[in-house]
Amino acid sequence: MTSYSSLLALIPLLPLFSAIILLFSKLPKLGVSILAVGSVASVALISLFLNFIFWQQSDFVLTASLGTWINIAQLKISFGLYLDPLSLVMITIISGVGALIHLYSTGFMYQDSDFKRYFTYLNLFISAMLFLVLADNLLLLYLGWEGVGLCSYLLIGFWYQDRSNNLAANKAFLMTRIGDTAMAIGLFLLFTQLGTLDIQEIQIKAHSVWSLTNDNNNNTMASLCCLLLLGGAVGKSAQLPLQNWLPDAMAGPTPVSALIHAATMVTAGIYLLARNSQLFQLAPDVLYLVALIGTFTLLLGASAAMVQSDLKRILAYSTISQLGYMFLALGVGAGASAVFHLMTHAFFKALLFLSAGALIYSLHHEHNIFKMGGLLKKLPVVAVSFAIGCAALASLPFTSGFYSKELILEQVVASGHTGLWWAAILGAFITAFYSARLFFVVFLGQTQLSPNTTPTKSMSLVLVILSVFSLFGGIHPEGLKTLLPQLTSEKLSTLQHWLPIILPFIAISFAWWMFKTKRFGKPVSSSLMQGIHQLLKSGWAFDYIYQTIFVSPFNYLCQLNKRDFIDLFYRLIEKTSCKLHRAFSQFQNGQLRSYNASLIIFCILAFAWFIGGELIL
Amino acid sequence: MIPISWILFLSLSLFTIGIFGVLARRNLLFVLISLELMLNAVVIVFIAASRYHSASMANSDGQIMYLLVLALAASEIAVGLSLVIHMYRQHHHLDIDKLNKLRD
Amino acid sequence: MSLFILLLMPLLGGVLAWYSERFNADLPKKIAFISLLMCWLPLIPLLNSMPFDASSLGTSQWLINESYNWIPLFNINAHLALDGLSFLLIVLTLLMGLVALSSAWHEITKRTGLFYLNLLWTLAGVLGVFLAIDLFLFFVFWEVMLVPMYFLISIWGYESRHYAAFKFFIFTQAGGLLMLLSLCALVSIHFQQTGILTFDYNILIQNPISGDFAFWVALGFTIAFLVKLPALPFHSWLPDAHTQAPTAASVILAAVLLKTGGYGIIRFVLPLFPEASIELAPFMMLIGVIGIIYGAMMAFVQTDLKRLVAYSSVSHMGFVLLGCFAFNIYALQGAVMQMLAHGISTSALFVLVGMIQHRYHTRDLNKLGGLWINLPKLSAFGLFFGIASLGMPGLGNFVAEFLILVGSFDQYPKLTIFAASGLILAAVYSLLLIYKTFFGQIKRPHKSEIADTNSKEWFTLISMCFILIYLGLHPQPFFDLVPISLMKLTFLTADIGALL
Repeated sequence: MTSYSSLLALIPLLPLFSAIILLFSKLPKLGVSILAVGSVASVALISLFLNFIFWQQSDFVLTASLGTWINIAQLKISFGLYLDPLSLVMITIISGVGALIHLYSTGFMYQDSDFKRYFTYLNLFISAMLFLVLADNLLLLYLGWEGVGLCSYLLIGFWYQDRSNNLAANKAFLMTRIGDTAMAIGLFLLFTQLGTLDIQEIQIKAHSVWSLTNDNNNNTMASLCCLLLLGGAVGKSAQLPLQNWLPDAMAGPTPVSALIHAATMVTAGIYLLARNSQLFQLAPDVLYLVALIGTFTLLLGASAAMVQSDLKRILAYSTISQLGYMFLALGVGAGASAVFHLMTHAFFKALLFLSAGALIYSLHHEHNIFKMGGLLKKLPVVAVSFAIGCAALASLPFTSGFYSKELILEQVVASGHTGLWWAAILGAFITAFYSARLFFVVFLGQTQLSPNTTPTKSMSLVLVILSVFSLFGGIHPEGLKTLLPQLTSEKLSTLQHWLPIILPFIAISFAWWMFKTKRFGKPVSSSLMQGIHQLLKSGWAFDYIYQTIFVSPFNYLCQLNKRDFIDLFYRLIEKTSCKLHRAFSQFQNGQLRSYNASLIIFCILAFAWFIGGELIL
Repeated sequence: MIPISWILFLSLSLFTIGIFGVLARRNLLFVLISLELMLNAVVIVFIAASRYHSASMANSDGQIMYLLVLALAASEIAVGLSLVIHMYRQHHHLDIDKLNKLRD
Repeated sequence: MSLFILLLMPLLGGVLAWYSERFNADLPKKIAFISLLMCWLPLIPLLNSMPFDASSLGTSQWLINESYNWIPLFNINAHLALDGLSFLLIVLTLLMGLVALSSAWHEITKRTGLFYLNLLWTLAGVLGVFLAIDLFLFFVFWEVMLVPMYFLISIWGYESRHYAAFKFFIFTQAGGLLMLLSLCALVSIHFQQTGILTFDYNILIQNPISGDFAFWVALGFTIAFLVKLPALPFHSWLPDAHTQAPTAASVILAAVLLKTGGYGIIRFVLPLFPEASIELAPFMMLIGVIGIIYGAMMAFVQTDLKRLVAYSSVSHMGFVLLGCFAFNIYALQGAVMQMLAHGISTSALFVLVGMIQHRYHTRDLNKLGGLWINLPKLSAFGLFFGIASLGMPGLGNFVAEFLILVGSFDQYPKLTIFAASGLILAAVYSLLLIYKTFFGQIKRPHKSEIADTNSKEWFTLISMCFILIYLGLHPQPFFDLVPISLMKLTFLTADIGALL
């Protein structure tokens, strides 16, 4: 098995080496493309090979080690890699979709002067993400976790000359850092309680140390650990309450949005929860919280996407919403369907983002959908891929999105939380609605803006490949079903079975009606509707809330103390000693007679003190 | 014999006059004169002490002390007077209040 | 003899450099360079036979041990000794000396001989601090490293250099005075309690002094080291001193002088006063945490680039203080690693600031911006070291901060949660540093061409990058070097269930 282990070890290292070579080399654009795309494509080939080897095996484990990292007393961390069905699915998605996006980027970013820097960052990102999903201990996972956060920051702020890009990148990094710190505290707690950071060991030890049948105290500890890990997941996967960095992150190049903010980095949170599913089983309260967070986020994302006018912001909020679905699935105990939806979502969301990128590329960086229209005939490839992507997003039958979303809804029914099911259904309705709205407004109707260029060959090829996957990629990986929890599906009632299938069509017809009556893009009439519109458009006003509660007071407090009030104490000492100096130097006036006088007075006093005291006694 | 307290009183008055002279006079020569007066006042105590508190009346320790002090005073006055001469040559006055440059 | 040779090299080299200025203005820096390189010679036999895994450390803590008679009346010997901890810090000192030299190479143009004299003598003082085992000798070197640094800041510094140098000197001198008093008290109490009059560390730790007075003596030592560290509320000399010092002096200050405080705590306070340290620990950890947060908040609002980096130093050294007093092996290893990693990353930032100031003649963040457009290599380094400063995994600072937090979580979970918020605040000011300096548009276009890093600067910075990555990914040899088990430190285990 050792040859396979070394193959496994190559997976995260290849993109890393490629990034390092790109950093120091002076290759031309063609060379950069070949190296960058080649490294990720080779990883994709390796993961396909591994898929082939472990085809339909449900419980295989392949490990590799790249050396010891830290070895102090009980803390023994190594650069260990761990491949099981879950991580195999993840590396296949990451490398597969990643390779396609790299190929697409060679066309999209060709005009850019910072071509090499872009691919350095992108390769570094792929490497960090692979480390994240292959790590066998939580510290190495944390390394990958922060690494992807760093690359996300670098790529969002890629066009660094624009100040708003810098601020968006800062926002993304800081908000995910808050989640990361919560996760780090969870790591501390896990280590001090269980004595290990190895993931598999944690699952086993947690069950023996903290059992559900024990007293409340142990349950609290397990819940606390899971809550802290959830904090990290919430930050990275843009869930409530740390979700408002994702729409701003659209400031980066579109392939970046596709790769990082749709297919891979934001799925890290779901991966974390899925990976630690046995640990989370010890904290049912936290699982319910996960489901709640997922539900609220799903509704937030969908309702906000409904009213946006920026193409990429619609897709961003849509991502937030779909991630909410995955969290919902995890929360009700259906981890396998969450990861399945992760897989299909990677395909169709990447497809949507890349088609949007092709649109933006052709329309010379126009983002406002209400300035577009009637592009169906002008950009056929883009239109068809967009249609397929929207269809999968709306979970129309026979698309991959259909299978995964239906599975989630079934699992929610099986868990017995009917309230959550109705919320999910509402979310599905709105999802189909805004997908249809997006497609109709951009591609049908009057042409306002004519495309200057058509997408390059590499871009179109990738769009075609992803369309194929979005349609036919709905195959549930076998291994997941035994590895991750899955609820036994009961008999669904007729309503529960047919409503999710019919709902998208109703929503699309509704959207068609609104489009035909030209209700989209018109300013709303009453002030109440305007208020609601504004609230939804700003993502439930979270930016404003955070600015008022956290950012402005912090800024104010820091500015208040700019002169360092502790230093004031020392400056006071300095001023006092100066004053004393000036006071005492009055005595040194150069007058001989005053010197004499003080001398004589002191002598008399000293005499009186010493001799006089003796005489009295 | 007169009580020793009278002689001490004399000495004290002379000493006080001397101190007053050192502190209150502006002319350097008068400061030096007052300094001499102080020295002589102290010597009177020496002589009286040796006369009144010694074993035999022929004890002349105090007077020998006076000779010592005289020598000391003479050498001190020599130095002092040369300084006075230099000061007069430099500043053309002998006012010590105007000599206050050695300060901040 | 080798340790004395190690100390003698910079001293002689400095004098030679000073004298050589009259022959050729370029000679002092070359002589300084040669003498710094020759300082490595006594260490080479050690590097070969260095026990790089924990098991082969042997029974004695000391790798090299030399003692000479000095003042037999008080039993004061010139006792120098090297163990793993001092070895690491000495290597850091010598490396940072070379970095300081490289940054001063073109920057210092007037009175170069005197400059290199002061630089080398500061380094000699620091090497002495790390090597001295006799307490009196330790105090002597403690004072020796202050005076040349004062001159460095006062003569070659920037606008308000006299104020800054003076403040630096008075603060650390006051701490040194406190240390002298505590030292004498320690020796005399030890004499009263055991009948042995000695200033030697090895003998003093055999019988740690006990009693009420021991607490005050420990506090005296601790405050002296806190001033150097610097810990709140004794930190206010640092921003001024770092900002006004020339680049080379900033590098030495940040990388080396601050570490003498941490070294002093680990070497002297913890083993010599075990009970007093345990009593002091909660308060010290609280000061550490407050320092972390306060330093970060102050760094966030600075408009002077160098002052921002200086306050970030305060924040990072708060972690060291937290780690030293956590009485936990993870935290202590983390504290040592933080000293190494912070030394490299912060001094690299100071080198970069020096390079920016040399080219643009300003440190004002409101006037800088868009540096990446013209100086991509310099900006890339700035990005790298800014990322290191905020504790990115894969680099040394993360390993250190993680270990410190894990260790102190064992003792004081609630305090550690506040310290962990320092991670977020570190990101706040580091990102501010990066985007205000390197990203955005150019605010004031320059008439002439601004040069990117030349090969010497590039080489210095890239080697620091590699060292930092090595510390981050392969820190195990450094952990193995510190002879924790032989250093007579007490470790506590806490029952975390009770504390929560």
